[in-house]
Amino acid sequence: MPILEDKDRIFTNLYGLQDWGLEGAKKRGNWNGTRDMIGFGRDWIIDQMKASGLRGRGGAGFPTGLKWSFMPKEVKDRPHYLVVNADESEPGTCKDRDILRNDPHLLIEGCLIASFAMRANACYVYLRGEYINERHNLEAAVKQAYEAKLIGKDNIHGWDFDLYVHHGAGAYICGEETALLESLEGKKGQPRLKPPFPANTGLYGCPTTVNNVESIAVAPEILRRGAAWFAGFGRPNNTGTKVFCISGHVNRPCNVEEVMSIPLKQLIEDHAGGIRGGWDNLKAVIPGGSSVPMITAEQCETALMDFDALKELKSGLGTAAMIVMDKSTDVVRAIARISYFYRHESCGQCTPCREGTGWMWRVLERMARGEAEHREIDLLLDVAGQVEGHTICALGDAAAWPVQGLIRHFRHEIEDRINLYRANKPHVAGASIDAVAAE
Amino acid sequence: MTKILVDGVETEVPGEYTLLQACEAGGAEIPRFCYHERLSIAGNCRMCLIEVKIGGRAGPKPVASCAQQIKDLPPSKDDILPELVTKSPAVKKAREGVMEFLLINHPLDCPVCDQGGECDLQDQSMAYGRPGSRFEENKRAVEEKYMGPLIKTEMNRCIQCTRCIRFISEVAGVEDIGAAGRGEDMEITTYLEASVGSELSGNVVDLCPVGALTSKPYAFHARPWELKKTESVDVMDALGSNIRVDSRGPEVMRVLPRVNEEINEEWISDKTRHVVDGLKRQRLDKPYARKGGSLMPVTWDEALTIAGEKLSSDSSRIGVIAGDLVCAESLKASLDLLNALGIQNRDCRQDGSILGGGAREGYLFNSTIAGIEKADALLLVGVNPRTEAPILNARIRKAWLRGGLDRVALIGAPADLTYPYQHLGMGADALGRIANGSPFLDVLKNAKRPAIILGQSALNRPDSAAILAAAGSIAAASNMVRGGDDAWNGFNVLHNAAGRVAGLDLGFLPGAGGKDTNAILAAAQSGAMDTILLLAADEIDAAKFGSAFVIYVGSHGDAGASRADLVLPGAAYTEKDATWVNTEGRVQYGQRAVFPKGDAREDWAIFRALSQRMGRALPYDNLQALRAKMIADHPTFGGVDYAPGAHNAGGFDPSSFGKAGSVSQDAFMPAINNFYFTNPIARASRIMAECSRAAQGAGQIMRAAE
Repeated sequence: MPILEDKDRIFTNLYGLQDWGLEGAKKRGNWNGTRDMIGFGRDWIIDQMKASGLRGRGGAGFPTGLKWSFMPKEVKDRPHYLVVNADESEPGTCKDRDILRNDPHLLIEGCLIASFAMRANACYVYLRGEYINERHNLEAAVKQAYEAKLIGKDNIHGWDFDLYVHHGAGAYICGEETALLESLEGKKGQPRLKPPFPANTGLYGCPTTVNNVESIAVAPEILRRGAAWFAGFGRPNNTGTKVFCISGHVNRPCNVEEVMSIPLKQLIEDHAGGIRGGWDNLKAVIPGGSSVPMITAEQCETALMDFDALKELKSGLGTAAMIVMDKSTDVVRAIARISYFYRHESCGQCTPCREGTGWMWRVLERMARGEAEHREIDLLLDVAGQVEGHTICALGDAAAWPVQGLIRHFRHEIEDRINLYRANKPHVAGASIDAVAAE
Repeated sequence: MTKILVDGVETEVPGEYTLLQACEAGGAEIPRFCYHERLSIAGNCRMCLIEVKIGGRAGPKPVASCAQQIKDLPPSKDDILPELVTKSPAVKKAREGVMEFLLINHPLDCPVCDQGGECDLQDQSMAYGRPGSRFEENKRAVEEKYMGPLIKTEMNRCIQCTRCIRFISEVAGVEDIGAAGRGEDMEITTYLEASVGSELSGNVVDLCPVGALTSKPYAFHARPWELKKTESVDVMDALGSNIRVDSRGPEVMRVLPRVNEEINEEWISDKTRHVVDGLKRQRLDKPYARKGGSLMPVTWDEALTIAGEKLSSDSSRIGVIAGDLVCAESLKASLDLLNALGIQNRDCRQDGSILGGGAREGYLFNSTIAGIEKADALLLVGVNPRTEAPILNARIRKAWLRGGLDRVALIGAPADLTYPYQHLGMGADALGRIANGSPFLDVLKNAKRPAIILGQSALNRPDSAAILAAAGSIAAASNMVRGGDDAWNGFNVLHNAAGRVAGLDLGFLPGAGGKDTNAILAAAQSGAMDTILLLAADEIDAAKFGSAFVIYVGSHGDAGASRADLVLPGAAYTEKDATWVNTEGRVQYGQRAVFPKGDAREDWAIFRALSQRMGRALPYDNLQALRAKMIADHPTFGGVDYAPGAHNAGGFDPSSFGKAGSVSQDAFMPAINNFYFTNPIARASRIMAECSRAAQGAGQIMRAAE
């Protein structure tokens, strides 16, 4: 049975069964009491956000309330900005997409409140290039909000606020917060060096906070129902509800809002209709979008879907987008494909990622066919280690982790593949005498 | 100052230092590719990774030391100073990893690479890399790029450090080089394969840490270890940029910049760098005399005899004009001889400029080249610093980029100077309006360090005296020249001729009752001049010499030599030990890299020999004695590498300048029409001709049918 009851859902129109427009949103309680929340003041909002224990939903899991509190306490010569990262491009992840097209007013309301809390009068939503329908709905919802004087100059909430939807061009790297800012400024999307951090020098050199869509969209509901309500779900340090994306070899792939720390097995069984061919057919799960290391079926038995539990398994919650793989999966091939993705999306700015992603992909492609040496497995691991942690942004880590996860758990498969490839080819150096004799 | 540990050694460094600078202050060497002191920080090569220990514990990730400042370090914990670790196994491993990544797609074609022997990648892979390669895939191949006649590309070798992009957009101020594509496929390129439209483009070759961008004219000509390196001074403009002349045997192979923070930092213009092939062409390598209408080779003995005869005739019918590339020694020796012969018609200003005489500050670049960065308001009069002194222009751009210099105005022909300016008019009347109180006078008055730069095109006109007076009154009204504690002299004259200031210092000007350049030429045309002696003066129309007998002393067969009736071959600037005074009044010594061509001699020695032949032997027979005499007669030549700047600003009154009068509305004509053809050496250079063609063709799309 699902743990989260319907009454506790934040995204009540996640599946688009009702009207996504302003009228429908108001019926679901959006825009209710917004003026009061603003009336309670900035400190109250930020304290509530901190008390709720909300951790950023974009992947890194940085406490949202704390992030908001990093903004300067008063506006000096430079305006403040809120930037919403809707450049959702992580393979396997499609949670923001449903929010943008089915619950856009939750996001807009969240933008207003977050902007107020951070003394920003303007907010930019950086939308992924491929999200055409989402852009349509979001822009229409923004228009509705302007017309209803919910946002804009002299709106009914008493905080002048403009919201701009910016459509990206479809580069994964622009989901990195500083590359996003560069792209928003009209430059080539390449991550910036940190420090200085965006809270100090962000968009156009002004104090800026960049938040994920989900982090912002849950804020109004947290404030409406109280921090304690939100903090009541999940384990300490991993509180709240979360939209999980379940894809791959399950019977019913879906997006579902559930409590944090829900057991992985329960999530699959209750919401995704179980593994294709039964639980025993499970081979591995990538639990947090393509960039985190995979975990094995045995680990899945007991794994909890939250930041800390998955970290203990040397993986991560990431965007909470589970990619489920059953026993039919060629995991080497799968990781080779993921590696290709990171090679393709590397911005090319810094050396380890630019050169390392291509190297890893090429070796993996050969490994997927078995055309490799056994010693190359350790070489690959070493190369991944040379990329991880040596780059400007986290794309280097994201490219290295899946490879590390593969070798950690499925080294034997790579070895078998190499042996199999050699078995019938006596001319390959290292092919066994037995194989030759068998011929 | 902040106390830190560098590899366990306590060091005190300013908070603004980057970790990399702090490590170097602490004696640790940090390898780097993308980092460059004079460019913005990119932090992308990742070669400078180090470990930072806070409270005795290293963080999980190594840190790019070029990109973080000491003041951004977390506060120290448990009374343990923050430590920068550059020698730990983790750092070694990180460097090896980055080095390996840089090399996997690098062709390793060192044997055929011009960068070989002076390649950062070679050196650092020896010092910090692995012994071998583990990469077994195919290497990346990158399509060749075209970047103009000076920059040879071999983009397979590129390591994407982006130094060239940053130099071109930040220092040179043109957005001509950029990166296209991303990830592995990122390529450095000029937009639409155009040549780089900057006079400073050659510097990207020095900046490139690998052999991706090399010098096209120098390609495959020499290896660095074969070259003799001679430190010298450039003469292509009047800045006196410091250069290193690399030669092999009798041939100058290339010119590279030397660091001089006061003048050229570490940049030089394309003309300075690539004019060297002009030193091999059109050279005068033996004396010639005109016989039967054409120049025939003669012996030195014969040539000196003819010269002696011509110069000992009626001295009032002899005129002497010195050109732009004449060194101080030549000017001094010739001037001493002219004085001995009583020849008063002499001038070192072949363009007819009115400068000279009076206080030295009246014709110098008083703010100094480095000092122009301190100016906060600048008026350019009849000058295009981008073509007349590209290095100076880069300084002005630097000051503007930093935000200190935000008010620049120009009177004269508008041009792209790489920074915004207010255009106040074409002609000198605009200057008059400022002098009479137009709004820009208030800008100058309100500025803390106002400056004016007068170009040569403002100083060789009929109304130049009035222009000078107007400029002087503006300087006086805006307190531009002042002594005391806050001494500042913003009154600047920008010269274009490397030998001009030395000539003015030596007084190579009309003597008592003597004629200046224009008068000499007028007299020649009316038949009142019998003989004209040209010291490498090539910028004068040959028709203006009338029927006078022309003696030409110089190194190149250019306009002067082809009109001459007697040619005495001299030495070019790389072929003599010579003294040069730049536009700031800074005395510098150039050194001989190679010997003069053929029978050519150093110019001062020619005059010494001539004086002997004429029975008026000059009182010196070696360079040391000549220099001693020069310093004794003109003490400013003793202050080597000293620019007076505002030293004497208190005693200098700009309002006494020139002669008040009405200025004309005639537009200032650009002093330089073609940057690449400003002197005989440049005109002899095939590379400069190519550059000129590329620059003029810039923006035009060539079609097959054309």
